[in-house]
Amino acid sequence: MDIMPKWVDIIVVPFISVLIAAVLSALLIIAIGESPIAALNLMIEGTLFRSAGWGYMLYYTTNFIFTGLAVSVAFHAALFNIGGEGQAMIGGLGVALVCLFIPWPHWTLAIIGASIGAAVFGMVWAGLPAYLQAKRGSHIVITTIMFNFIAAGVLNFFLVDVLKPKGSMDPASANFPTTTHLPTFQDMASIFGFEKAFRSAPANVSFFIAILACAAVWYLIWRSPLGYEIRALGKSGPAARYAGVRPVKIIMIAMMISGALCGMMAINTTQGESERLILNFTEGAGFIGIAVALMGRSHPFGVLLAALLFGFLYQGGAELALWTKIPRELIVVIQALVILFTGALSLMVRAPLERFFMSLQKAKA
Amino acid sequence: MEPAIELKKISKSFGPVQANKDINISVMPGTIHGIIGENGAGKSTLMSILYGFYKADAGEIFVDGKKISIPDSQAAIAVGIGMVFQHFKLVENFSVLENIVLGAESGALLSPSLSKARTELAELASEYELNVDPDAIIEDIGVGMQQRVEILKALYRKANILILDEPTGVLTPAEADQLFRILKRLREEGKTIILITHKLREIMDITDTVSVMRQGEMTATLKTDDTSPEDLAELMVGRKVLLRVDKTPAKPTDPVLEIQNLSMVDDFGVKRLKNINLTVKAGEILGIAGVAGNGQSELLQVLGGYSAATGVIKLNGSEIDLSTSVSGDGQARRAMGMAHVPEDRQREGLIMDFMAWENAVFGYHREKSNQANRFFMDNNAIRKETEEKMKRFDVRPPNPKLTAKNFSGGNQQKIVLAREIERNPDLLLVGQPTRGVDIGAIEFIHQQIVALRDQGKAILLISVELDEILSLSDRVLVMFDGEIMGERQPENTNEKELGLLMAGVSEEFAQ
Repeated sequence: MDIMPKWVDIIVVPFISVLIAAVLSALLIIAIGESPIAALNLMIEGTLFRSAGWGYMLYYTTNFIFTGLAVSVAFHAALFNIGGEGQAMIGGLGVALVCLFIPWPHWTLAIIGASIGAAVFGMVWAGLPAYLQAKRGSHIVITTIMFNFIAAGVLNFFLVDVLKPKGSMDPASANFPTTTHLPTFQDMASIFGFEKAFRSAPANVSFFIAILACAAVWYLIWRSPLGYEIRALGKSGPAARYAGVRPVKIIMIAMMISGALCGMMAINTTQGESERLILNFTEGAGFIGIAVALMGRSHPFGVLLAALLFGFLYQGGAELALWTKIPRELIVVIQALVILFTGALSLMVRAPLERFFMSLQKAKA
Repeated sequence: MEPAIELKKISKSFGPVQANKDINISVMPGTIHGIIGENGAGKSTLMSILYGFYKADAGEIFVDGKKISIPDSQAAIAVGIGMVFQHFKLVENFSVLENIVLGAESGALLSPSLSKARTELAELASEYELNVDPDAIIEDIGVGMQQRVEILKALYRKANILILDEPTGVLTPAEADQLFRILKRLREEGKTIILITHKLREIMDITDTVSVMRQGEMTATLKTDDTSPEDLAELMVGRKVLLRVDKTPAKPTDPVLEIQNLSMVDDFGVKRLKNINLTVKAGEILGIAGVAGNGQSELLQVLGGYSAATGVIKLNGSEIDLSTSVSGDGQARRAMGMAHVPEDRQREGLIMDFMAWENAVFGYHREKSNQANRFFMDNNAIRKETEEKMKRFDVRPPNPKLTAKNFSGGNQQKIVLAREIERNPDLLLVGQPTRGVDIGAIEFIHQQIVALRDQGKAILLISVELDEILSLSDRVLVMFDGEIMGERQPENTNEKELGLLMAGVSEEFAQ
């Protein structure tokens, strides 16, 4: 029998990890000379007690859901995709090309087209390292991280030499046509008569696509024969081979799904928020996805919760930087602590808990 | 005389599991004492307590009449206890000498330790007839030799009590005989030996006294001369056990599997299979005997569809395309009526982190009967069916939601067997069906295989256990170095003849 009930493993362990990270962060804030209680208050107020705060938080969350899901799918095949940044950048290029060069009559069609464009571009970008891994054995961690730099170069080239409007000094594409504009949460709230809600916040309908993606990944991993094969290969290569699962095929498919999900992040940032393709729009979300997947234990529901937490930390961090002496970088430190405790050090939390549950069982027996 | 080692009321539990309960043993010096029991009976836990890996919850240990405590393996070595593990603890790319000295160096500089060890090793070798080349590299010498190094390691550390855990698992019959000669020699020199095994024959052959363990308790301690294999088996399992397989003569009919000129070269360019020709007919069990590593595994891999090969394989008369079968052809072959119980259930046959129901469709997960619709698997139906299968095959506990790694070896094997046999295949490939499986389950597994044969199915059995080959097979082939050395009828041959063929002695000579 498993030592701990499942809910402890999925909810209590990450919760305690976050708590430890929070306590350490509090000590850091005290060291800077600010009050951690005030800082927490500010983060909560600025994020959760204002609709615009929600609007920002959900915008970040959308990114993290996509990249977190992407890393999770690869994890299930025992592949460590740290190329989310690059795949998202190239996905952005796909979004831009689709939005700029196809005359869309309405955003509902444009978002479908842009999603396909983003997914296909991300897929191809992840497919190259996947092929090298599957056929040549080049380690996916090395290749995907190098592909991040190549992607940055490619994006740079396209923005400076191809997509930049004539006469512009800004390395960015032209604005997308207004028919591709995605309704923001503010637009949606206005329909119901709340014109002031979510004012100027970037969260938009792609949040719902992210939620759909969670459901789709859940079905893929736990209900489909393909997901079964992905998990089988991830757990045991020899067993998968025995069962007639083709490793090359599964590695390719898992990585391409992962790349597609990363790419789709760009419908939120590029079509939804900036409405043009700009440099550095990914803002590290590809890497945050690793933390989100670790904390969410590669389960779509866990990824959703972890993405909400990181969305909160991102938005709360911006608030801190705005109103206190606490630098924005501290948020990066807090995130790093969360990653450290939920990922690398989760055993530190789990082992004492296991002992606790073991003694409970003993007492019962 | 004081017992060399005496345990009094040793108990140890892991969480709710009581691994050892009030164990009492006393072993006189200069004797060989066997400890026999099924997997999970608590033998290894007990020995780990003796060697300081675990701390007993209660009980006392006496060595030469003195009460001692063994907090770690250093303490065990200090009182003269040496252990030879089932899986050798040797550094593969070190020499024999370096391995023996490792952890027992006499100072900061290595060369004095080594030269001291070299002279002592020569003395030990002459005293116990344990000859090994001290400068040979471990990975270059055979398993039998490696085991000798383990024994020498213990003797170098002045062990008077030697514990051997399943020592013959990896040896050929000849190597096992050699080991037993060494053990008898050690006994003559006054050493005390504790032999842990699940093989009844070894207990009968070599031990003076034997203890039987069942479910953490010591059920009996007997003089070996006063007991019989049947009695021991009954004490181990707790009920009467059939040691010989009960079967009627085979009625072979049409060929199901035909192999012609099958050859295979591995990734390193080594020829693993050399022109194999064989036929398995419906209604018979063809056994392939051989020492592990002589091409049997490769033959199963090629047949199972995950290694490329040259030659012809026909299943039910239709030829299998070997050129495309580099990997991933397993599902197509299953559809043709082939089932496969792989040699290593933990590495290949099961995914240890998957639940029983997920494992129960492994390899058949894309079949229509397991699909709810075009896109999704019918998990509820699979769970329900698995629970029924587990009950039919007496898997304990019959809980389809339990993870594979939480079942005992025998029950894991039953899950694999249930999956493969319940598909009603025309051909069943079975590799090492009872490796690491307890006696009670062995009986059941053998019955299932014979029952499948009696339904008119073809069975190819590969096993390194000669007993198993001889009692199950209707015909026996012997493999050596990728070649078939010869064919025998189990009723007209014996272990000695097969042992010679397994060692590569050619057909004419063996007769």
